[in-house]
Amino acid sequence: MKKVLAIVLAMMLALSAAALAETVKIGVYEPASGDSGAGGKQEMLGMQYANQETPTVEIGGTTYDVELVYADNGSSTDKAPSAAQQLVSEGVSVVLGSYGSGVSIAGSQYFADANIPAIGVTCTNPQVTAGNSHYFRICFLDPFQGTVLANYAAQQGAKTAYCLGELGNDYDQGLLTYFKQAFEGLGGTAIVESFPTNTADFTSYLTNATAYNADVFFCPVSIAYSTQIIQQAASQNVSFPILGGDTLDSNVVANAAKGTNVQVIITTFYQEGATPTFDEGFKAWLNANSEALTNNGGNDMISAVSAMGYDAYYTALEALKAAGSTDSAAVMAALPGVTLTGVSGAIAFDATGDAIRDAAFVKKINNETGDWEFVAEQQVEG
Amino acid sequence: MWSTVFPYLLSGISVGGQYALIAIGYTMVYGILRLINFAHGDVFMVAGILMVYMAASGVPLWLCLPLVLVLTAVIGFVIERVAYKPLRAAPRMSVMISAIGVSYTLQNLVLYITGGLNQIYPTIPWISDNVTILGASTKMVTIITPILTLVLVVALVWLINHTKIGMAMRAVSRDFETSQLMGIKINRVISTTFVIGTFLAGVASVLYFTNYTTVIQTSGAMPGLKAFVAAVFGGIGSIPGAVVGAFIIGIAENLIKGLDIILFKAGLIPGPMGLATFSDAFTFALLIIILAVKPTGLFGEKITDKV
Repeated sequence: MKKVLAIVLAMMLALSAAALAETVKIGVYEPASGDSGAGGKQEMLGMQYANQETPTVEIGGTTYDVELVYADNGSSTDKAPSAAQQLVSEGVSVVLGSYGSGVSIAGSQYFADANIPAIGVTCTNPQVTAGNSHYFRICFLDPFQGTVLANYAAQQGAKTAYCLGELGNDYDQGLLTYFKQAFEGLGGTAIVESFPTNTADFTSYLTNATAYNADVFFCPVSIAYSTQIIQQAASQNVSFPILGGDTLDSNVVANAAKGTNVQVIITTFYQEGATPTFDEGFKAWLNANSEALTNNGGNDMISAVSAMGYDAYYTALEALKAAGSTDSAAVMAALPGVTLTGVSGAIAFDATGDAIRDAAFVKKINNETGDWEFVAEQQVEG
Repeated sequence: MWSTVFPYLLSGISVGGQYALIAIGYTMVYGILRLINFAHGDVFMVAGILMVYMAASGVPLWLCLPLVLVLTAVIGFVIERVAYKPLRAAPRMSVMISAIGVSYTLQNLVLYITGGLNQIYPTIPWISDNVTILGASTKMVTIITPILTLVLVVALVWLINHTKIGMAMRAVSRDFETSQLMGIKINRVISTTFVIGTFLAGVASVLYFTNYTTVIQTSGAMPGLKAFVAAVFGGIGSIPGAVVGAFIIGIAENLIKGLDIILFKAGLIPGPMGLATFSDAFTFALLIIILAVKPTGLFGEKITDKV
């Protein structure tokens, strides 16, 4: 009896080991809660859709099941380290994320210590990839984005820009700095102010902008803050348009502006319609899955971050294929050479691990329908 | 000059009224139990979430409003019965830790229910309408808030000074044990205090979230903290003190956000200095100064050691 039991147990162990060996883990390091929770969830949707579309990958002649391992970094730099450690202890081969540069920087060292490469999806602050060899990213950078926005504002005839960001938020403050540099270089005046975390009352900041006779209100802040700003701008009947970065590209923001007369203009990574097959498939998947639909803000509008999440997943698969192994160090070594054509455009990495991108989409909200409308595709100059 | 300052005053008075309604809850509970009810800000946030979900589930708005207020008061009552009453004989520190526990429980419960996504507060007709007052455009609620606050405070003061339950409250706040010996049903008095406090927090949540329409699980933290500061500022335990303190904090923080432009327009400084960034720092520095000069707050009663 004991012998039989021992044999059965040994077989189960062997079987489970065999089953484990055929799974490759990809860490999803994204905020599912906090100020950026809404954005993080939309980014995850792209990855989940891609995972559902391509659930297996062939690495070195063996077909592996891809398992997404989630860790919620809570949109905050003090919760980020434990989320990163969680992924490290799960033994993931590569990490995707995060939405938000601050948390990416906060988790970076833990991935570096464990020799795990990370692919930033929409973290645009230069410091994420600067000075390390394990962090890569597939989106454009803030100096580029700030310049594009400043150029756009100047082209629209803006002379004074009121800029507002969250205190201590690397993404906000970085983008404000680059915008200010570029805007002042173009002969404008930029007034920069910051608000403390958890602020809900933006009325006085909006009053400030009016008092400075601002032509444009630049606020590259988290979604939770931007909806407040838009709604309060509507009740103050402001005359200036609100300009934002990629974080504002969400249907949550579009809903907040719907039915008001506040103009919202942003730069982003992807415009719905650029890759129709992806759009259709993604929408069908969203509509068939009520939880996904809720996480997307209740409708099937495609956020740029979802498209980026989708591309990030395929970038990771390409890297795994190129590495020919699930070993994270091998994946890291293979990543710089990875190239692919994603739904958001061609992806290739430069020496620091940043994506080589030279175009951003400018979008604005249609106040009547609450949809994003394409304005222009802005190329970098020089 | 006036037209520059006025919008800030308007925001300040409005937000001050909302802080005042929350601060009363802190100050009343402190007056009776000598407990800082850390969960109060979160009850305020839960009232906001209740409203969001109730309106989303199709309950008509005119029914939502009273229902939210009643439910919030019930939540306050339940919290007291479950988390504070069993600890009545325990050291004060244990009750305070229990309050912190309730605060985190509520936050995480809401995080679980909402999934961490920010919820947009329903638009309540009339009070969400835009109005222009003396050249500044704002929502109707901005003007209603201070008026409603004052009406509620006057009613509350009347209740405390002229009714039997009010007399019992005053007695309990003066001497807990003796009033019990005198036949006052102490649990009833404490429950009433919590019900009144959370009801006012419910009213504050309607006013606050109509103005600042996003509700997330941490939405109660900042207003709660500011209201607590206002209660301390005015002298914790004193209702007029809490109201005055709240208006001062509200107005001060908004004026400081606009200080740059006000000074700039008055020609006192050559250019913007970025003072708005320090609005909270100034507010809390003001608190420190007041407490250094008058340790019991503006309206605080003198502490005499009973020997």
